[in-house]
Amino acid sequence: MTVADLEKIRKRTRTFDEVKAGQVHVVVGMNTCGIASGARETLQSFRDGMKRRGISGKVFQTGCIGMCFEEPLVDIIQPGRPRVTYRHVDADKVERILEEHVEAGGLVGEWALAQFPNGASPLEGVPLYRELPYNSKQQKIVLRKCGFIDPESIDQYIATDGYFALAKALSQMTPEQVIEEVLGSGLRGRGGAGFPTGLKWRATRQAPGSPKYIVCNADEGDPGAFMDRSVLEGDPHSVLEGMLIAGYAIGAQEAYIYVRAEYPVAVRRLQHAIAQAKDYGLIGERILGTDFSFDIKIKMGAGAFVCGEETALLASIEGKRGMPRPRPPFPAQSGLWGKPTNINNVETYSNVPAIVFNGASWYSSFGTENSKGTKVFCITGKVKNSGLIEVPMGIKLREVIFDIGGGILQDKAFKAVQTGGPSGGVLPESLLELPVDYQELAKAGSIMGSGGVVVMDETTCMADVARYFLTFTQSESCGKCTPCREGLQRMYQILDRICKGQGHEGDVEELEELARSIKDASLCGLGQTAPNPVLTVLRYFREEVEAHISQRRCPAGVCPALVRYEIDPQKCKACGICRKKCPAEAIEGAPKVIHRIIQEKCVKCGTCYEVCPTKFSAVYKV
Amino acid sequence: MKAASSLGKRQMSQLDEAIATYRDQPGPLIPVLQKAQEIFGYLPLEAMKHIAKELRVPASRLFGVATFYAQFSFKPRGKHTILSCQGTACHVRGGAKILEEMKRELKVEAGDTTQDGRFTLEKVYCIGCCSLAPAIIIDETAYGKLTPERVKEVLGKY
Repeated sequence: MTVADLEKIRKRTRTFDEVKAGQVHVVVGMNTCGIASGARETLQSFRDGMKRRGISGKVFQTGCIGMCFEEPLVDIIQPGRPRVTYRHVDADKVERILEEHVEAGGLVGEWALAQFPNGASPLEGVPLYRELPYNSKQQKIVLRKCGFIDPESIDQYIATDGYFALAKALSQMTPEQVIEEVLGSGLRGRGGAGFPTGLKWRATRQAPGSPKYIVCNADEGDPGAFMDRSVLEGDPHSVLEGMLIAGYAIGAQEAYIYVRAEYPVAVRRLQHAIAQAKDYGLIGERILGTDFSFDIKIKMGAGAFVCGEETALLASIEGKRGMPRPRPPFPAQSGLWGKPTNINNVETYSNVPAIVFNGASWYSSFGTENSKGTKVFCITGKVKNSGLIEVPMGIKLREVIFDIGGGILQDKAFKAVQTGGPSGGVLPESLLELPVDYQELAKAGSIMGSGGVVVMDETTCMADVARYFLTFTQSESCGKCTPCREGLQRMYQILDRICKGQGHEGDVEELEELARSIKDASLCGLGQTAPNPVLTVLRYFREEVEAHISQRRCPAGVCPALVRYEIDPQKCKACGICRKKCPAEAIEGAPKVIHRIIQEKCVKCGTCYEVCPTKFSAVYKV
Repeated sequence: MKAASSLGKRQMSQLDEAIATYRDQPGPLIPVLQKAQEIFGYLPLEAMKHIAKELRVPASRLFGVATFYAQFSFKPRGKHTILSCQGTACHVRGGAKILEEMKRELKVEAGDTTQDGRFTLEKVYCIGCCSLAPAIIIDETAYGKLTPERVKEVLGKY
């Protein structure tokens, strides 16, 4: 493979939008969310339906376009017509789309979500994709190809300028120039800590010792985060290309991708992508006719959150218990098998081809003074539009949650937003104007983290949230440092008794004291940041926690020990819905007999409260 | 404890194949354990002893590694594995209630297998289906937007 061969593939490969006359391209979103929503059946129905109807064309799969809340998503592309995106396309909607849209040249208006005019005159009544509220504030660099290429086709990646950044680096730049470019872009590690990527690369290049290694951290363990999974599923070659460029810049010939076993689709796509790149000679000996040779291997994680920490991850690749060690020496000096090693995460590598291709100044034109470029976030929890987004650094939290996220489910009141996963913090409404930026988030007691954004509403109890994160971190502590191993358990026990209405005076202060010690005395990022969720809850929602202690009351009505469900006999119409739905058979009553909850049997699951028809609203919490 | 041979000749030769594949690669322990769990469904004591002997590592080190990672199990597992997600998004959308309901329905604690050997119930943190919260995965199929009363219906499919 030479650069001229790449050029040939770029010219000859059809993208989704390049449809032959008389044909149709159907594109089905086949990431994990799509598949879980039934996309596999939808894809098969399109294949079957087109065959039966004699429609000529192709059905493609693609990765995550970000709008998980609209899955399964299907795009229909025909020559001379706008490309139309349909939402919630279950298998049983396929026939009507084929008949009315594809064959009759019309539109199924009620299922159409958006359109790309593609040079044709736009359809009436269908919003432009770019102008959807979900998309208009986004800026896609990492995700630019997710949803627009078939992740299992290296040709489509090449057709959209893929591997041309590698070609540029190898043919026109010295390794030092590549590092300067990355440094100049202002790119910082997207895994959470935000260390400047160029500095890391330079340190690894300059470190004595050989061989040198490139490692990709794809052990995305933060609950509420699936950015890396989406990139691996939607555009795996961008990660490989980023690693290849890093290998050239640093002087490494071997690389590992450490990926979670919980992501089977991502692992399969990655394996497939590596095999294709090897087949094309883009991974292997003397790449693109140069002296540069490079190999990439996959290592499967085995389920340990702490392995997201770089030294623990390296230990795990070496086949040991994944326990962190003190730094320095940093992996750049002494990493995998004691050799200089550069570790970045998926999103960081995925940014690199775009930076090399378009130049550092292009990249640094996005973002803020200290935080350049864009960041991918997963916006989840009690928000209407839950999905994957990429926004320029500096965007306000309010814009992310209300403009892109569409606001709170059922229009309830916003209460808090959690960023940075178990290492981050919860931020209250007063901080919604905060720009998303490494420094600003840190000042507020949270962190940028890997990109999980979990939105909480008025029905979320903050004491319970604090306890929740400790349940997680105390079970994921590797046990090496006593403050983390024992301290997090003590913090958990205190919060547990607070949530059970057994807290006592001094508990809050003790939590703060423990949190300080754990932060100061733990070796790795897990321990140093694990108290953050609790500290921010105490900083912004102290009264709510104290109500659990002094008044034995859970203001949000969540903590089971502090909540009782009752049926208002004045309002109950004996419809029987709650009685039938109660999983514990704790409701007595009969047709035309007012219902009553038997408190001894009640498991406080809240089902009755949720299912009681709004027009009656007979179930209430005390 | 059963003898190694009772684990099944075919399974043992599959294990030997895996050991041969990874023996000369750097860091073989975890890939071999993963293969062993794939072959037997869990890590039987005899298989562990066999691996330790073949790879020439102390059994204590092998157990040290196997017990560190959540993926490995020393108990036989059920026919179907349920992963009940307790990630943050699932938590705020009622994931704990779904887990409680499954525990009640299956009469097991998280991490255990039902008496009839049909289900192993696991509590996990984030399966990356946050937009479908609360979600569970049974074998490889994800079920999203669950409610306690839908649990019975979903389990009934297996």
